[in-house]
Amino acid sequence: MSKAIKITKGVDIKLEGAAENKISAAQRSNVYAIKPDDFFGSIPKLMVKQGATVKAGSPLFFDKNRDKVKFMSPVSGEVVEIKRGAKRKILEIKVLADSELVYETHTPWTGGDRQTLVDSMLAIGIWPFIKQRPYGIIANPEETPRDIYVSGFDSAPLAADTEILLKDQMDDFKAGLEALKALSGGNVHLGVRSKSALYQDVNGIDKTTFTGPHPVGNVGVQIHHTKPINKGEVVWTVDPVDVALIGKSLKEGRFRAERTIALCGSEVKNPQYYTTLIGASIESIVGDNEKEGNNRIISGDVLTGTEVSRDGFLGFFSNSVTIIPEGDNKKFFLTKGWLSPGFSRFSLSHAYPSWLMGSKKYKLDTNLNGEQRAFVMTGELEKVFPFDIYPMQLIKAIMINDIDNMEKLGIYEVLPEDFALCEFACSSKINIQAVVEQGLQDIITEFAS
Amino acid sequence: MKALENILEKLKKPFDKGGKLEKFYPVYDSLDTFAFVPDHTTTSGSHIRDAIDMKRTMFLVIVAMIPALLFGIYNSGYQHFMALGIDASFMDMVLFGLGKVLPLIVVSYGVGLGIEFVFAIIKKHSIHEGFLVSGMLIPLIMPMDVPLWMVALATAFAVVFAKEVFGGTGMNIINVALVARAFLFFAYPTKMSGNVVWVNTDGGTPVDGYTGETFLAQAIEHGANFSDVAHNAYASISESFMAAFLGFIPGSIGETSTLAILIGAVILLWTGVASWRIIFTGFVGGAVMGLIFNILGPMYFPENLYLTVPWWQQLVMGGFAFGIVFMATDPVTAAQTEKGKIIYGFLVGLLAVLIRVVNPAYPEGIMMSILFMNVMAPTIDHYVIQGNIKRRLKRLKTV
Repeated sequence: MSKAIKITKGVDIKLEGAAENKISAAQRSNVYAIKPDDFFGSIPKLMVKQGATVKAGSPLFFDKNRDKVKFMSPVSGEVVEIKRGAKRKILEIKVLADSELVYETHTPWTGGDRQTLVDSMLAIGIWPFIKQRPYGIIANPEETPRDIYVSGFDSAPLAADTEILLKDQMDDFKAGLEALKALSGGNVHLGVRSKSALYQDVNGIDKTTFTGPHPVGNVGVQIHHTKPINKGEVVWTVDPVDVALIGKSLKEGRFRAERTIALCGSEVKNPQYYTTLIGASIESIVGDNEKEGNNRIISGDVLTGTEVSRDGFLGFFSNSVTIIPEGDNKKFFLTKGWLSPGFSRFSLSHAYPSWLMGSKKYKLDTNLNGEQRAFVMTGELEKVFPFDIYPMQLIKAIMINDIDNMEKLGIYEVLPEDFALCEFACSSKINIQAVVEQGLQDIITEFAS
Repeated sequence: MKALENILEKLKKPFDKGGKLEKFYPVYDSLDTFAFVPDHTTTSGSHIRDAIDMKRTMFLVIVAMIPALLFGIYNSGYQHFMALGIDASFMDMVLFGLGKVLPLIVVSYGVGLGIEFVFAIIKKHSIHEGFLVSGMLIPLIMPMDVPLWMVALATAFAVVFAKEVFGGTGMNIINVALVARAFLFFAYPTKMSGNVVWVNTDGGTPVDGYTGETFLAQAIEHGANFSDVAHNAYASISESFMAAFLGFIPGSIGETSTLAILIGAVILLWTGVASWRIIFTGFVGGAVMGLIFNILGPMYFPENLYLTVPWWQQLVMGGFAFGIVFMATDPVTAAQTEKGKIIYGFLVGLLAVLIRVVNPAYPEGIMMSILFMNVMAPTIDHYVIQGNIKRRLKRLKTV
């Protein structure tokens, strides 16, 4: 019996440039890269040197904190560059791909005890797709979680439609779910968007139907409204497309790093879907499909994605590439600024008349639309934050590094992505997601010693 | 607008790092960011941001105060000519009012922004927008005849001791404009209360029987039997209610017209700047206290006529409506949790009427009530948040 839960707080920001339901193969990417920064909380230790030859599924580096967790190359070829930043921090490990992929092969998993499954997931390289809450770090293979949660859809603005991504992969998805069931001892939860038929013949797990605006598709919101995380509890989460990827890889015993990507945003000529591999170059996906102008390319969605350059690479967990205009131009206060009539200035408050425009779609740029200030307004964050948590008080506790109050106010239940809309709405222009990430880092450090 | 942008860009040179006027960069910055939304872009987290910013928010509050300001200007002239028994045209009244009110606004903004600039230069941050609202609130809550030097002194005191010492906009504990008023109220009570400060009677002889009493002063002696400044008794209580609702009564500049204030309230609520919880529960709180007095007054204290003023009359007299709509809703000093706002607003209204009626030293209670509740707001929030924390702990125990 599936439950139905309705979320009222939040908002769907309507943006121009949603991807059409059309999938083509992206151009072939010559070089692929894995970026250790995609894995919050892990410290990379290299296992290859520049010039080494790797297969698809060969390890590139491991996590210093959890040395069993290895990160694999998505393709076979030669490690051509290890890009480092300040203090020799590893930014990208680039692999020049062979024309024909050669896979590292393992015994396929067809059932069996939990430890065999964990070992083969670690060996194939699909373990990093499992994240743990609290903290949003990669799950610890030595733990058993209370539950595993999969949010069956993404509600972020312009997000890739899971129905399109998973259309032909439902068998792999079910295989993946079987593995998750084995990992969790049976406690797998799937959040389904209401009126969606995608998961109707997926059985044997806890299904919950969700209605409401973004962030209803955030797995954190779904956990909070079904079985909230208490201090000391551990819950694992997996993206639905990654469940399918896990299923496929386990069936074949190979690291199948295929991704379907939505190329979307107002600055894309023909927004649509492309198939490619994890870590593909942005150039190979965008090609000549970008409009002229000063644009920002984002690996991921506009609320939580990472800025990448055209010669950068697709993030490990990204299902979309979004292109929006840069907002680095000044706006005259009477015509386009703070004293303008503002029919095209989108705001969640009614401070601009754009809320009268109904379902108009907006072309938003990256301008902050103001300057950073101390918190002044109250109540605006709560409107887009569907948790029984006081967002501003929690943020302030993090800002003053008050670990005790962070715990009391519920930091274990949230990740930066859950605050994305708060950050959007904040009239004091505070970088809330960065604050929350700092808070999680502080807690990890506090309990590490 | 490229031309203006270029001019500003040229002006910027001496203010840049290493320039002659480097120290005064906040002055340039405030001019530049006033004219143009700066080219700051998102660096981390959400790549797109809401169009609203602090300037728009503060500007909307000022827009909401305009009806009260305009009526205040007119009413200053109206009361003046009525007290002197002179027939004057609408324009005469407006011009007289302008002559009284404009200097107050100029002094308030001049002194307040001047101090803000000094602090911005010392502390090397940009000018914050908070004073745009405080600077307009201060003249609106003054009697029209208050000397300009007093306004200057009170503004300086409020900006320095109620705001900047705490860290500027967003950090203050009590409402800045109310501190300015409270400062004058206690330092120069003869210029802030009594019967002579509300109406200007220079240049003529007041009509026979003129008192200049506000409704609040009258209520102590006569209960709800009000008369206007020319000593004409209102025909009925509904007529005096209408006079107070529309604002044709003596009082501080912006506070008299409940109608103008309600127009402001609609703007604030419509745009989502003010909390409806505070405004609504504020009026409910005042009404409840007034109602309690109406019921219990005649039974227990028949000699106190103030208790007989009907509860709905309490809501339109004095500064009650102005305080609830424009000052209790200040998000920085009010309760910050949604549940806390309900309690806070209710108590502001309740205490305002309580102080007004029961304390003979203060004919008006809204100023003390809001200042007191500003101080109590963090405590209210504390208990609301404790409730949330307890809920979370309880969940842990039941698992």
